[in-house]
Amino acid sequence: MRVKCSNYIKLEFPARSANESLARSAVAAFAAQLDPTLDELGDIKTAVSEAVTNAIVHAYPEQIGTVYLRAQITGGDTLELTVKDKGQGIADISQAMEPLYTTGGDDRSGMGFTIMESFMDNLHVRSVPGKGTTVNMRRRIRRKV
Amino acid sequence: MKVYSAYQQGRLTIYLTGELDHHEVRGSMAVIERLLDEYLPRECVLDLSTLNFMDSSGIALILKLHRRLRESGGSAWVENAASQPLRVIDASGIERLVRIAVREETKA
Repeated sequence: MRVKCSNYIKLEFPARSANESLARSAVAAFAAQLDPTLDELGDIKTAVSEAVTNAIVHAYPEQIGTVYLRAQITGGDTLELTVKDKGQGIADISQAMEPLYTTGGDDRSGMGFTIMESFMDNLHVRSVPGKGTTVNMRRRIRRKV
Repeated sequence: MKVYSAYQQGRLTIYLTGELDHHEVRGSMAVIERLLDEYLPRECVLDLSTLNFMDSSGIALILKLHRRLRESGGSAWVENAASQPLRVIDASGIERLVRIAVREETKA
């Protein structure tokens, strides 16, 4: 049974790495009403994990800021995600999105944006240095035959 | 996230269990580094059969392990990745650098 009307959740939490699993699990539980396959659900969890990790690792180098997550169902079959922070921002977005580019040292692979791009239908990043970064992602869940 | 290991005749097999993300990766890497220092293996197999989830943090871990073994003249590869970790591995393109042995039932 697919939900026709629009539905959304909002979640905000301190930029602590312990909250990464909470964020992706919450979105997965919310997305379940679209009846995704396990692969679709895995893709969504991975994309959320990458976006939230970026905010936690890069947005707030000096203090623990807040990460704002919103998930919404639009058109009855599409999951829209927004991961937002009010941190230091990204000066050069196209450089940050290049595969293997990272400022995070050898614990990070530099593949976060590449994975978000390949797992979601649409990825849009807006950032203002000193103001913060907003990542919008969209994934349509195919109707099962 | 738990790390188990088995050592036999120069080959160290590392089993990752649970979910591997940025929160877990540093601790897991530290455990793996200790195992490598202790056993000095020629071959290291990263067995992902019981890993339920990984994001790009797992890619960093695989690349680091591969680099460590190559520096000491050995080799490292990945075995038994389930569907979700395998999709992340595929999207990252690291199979050009590291051998990824795929489970029969996950082959499309």
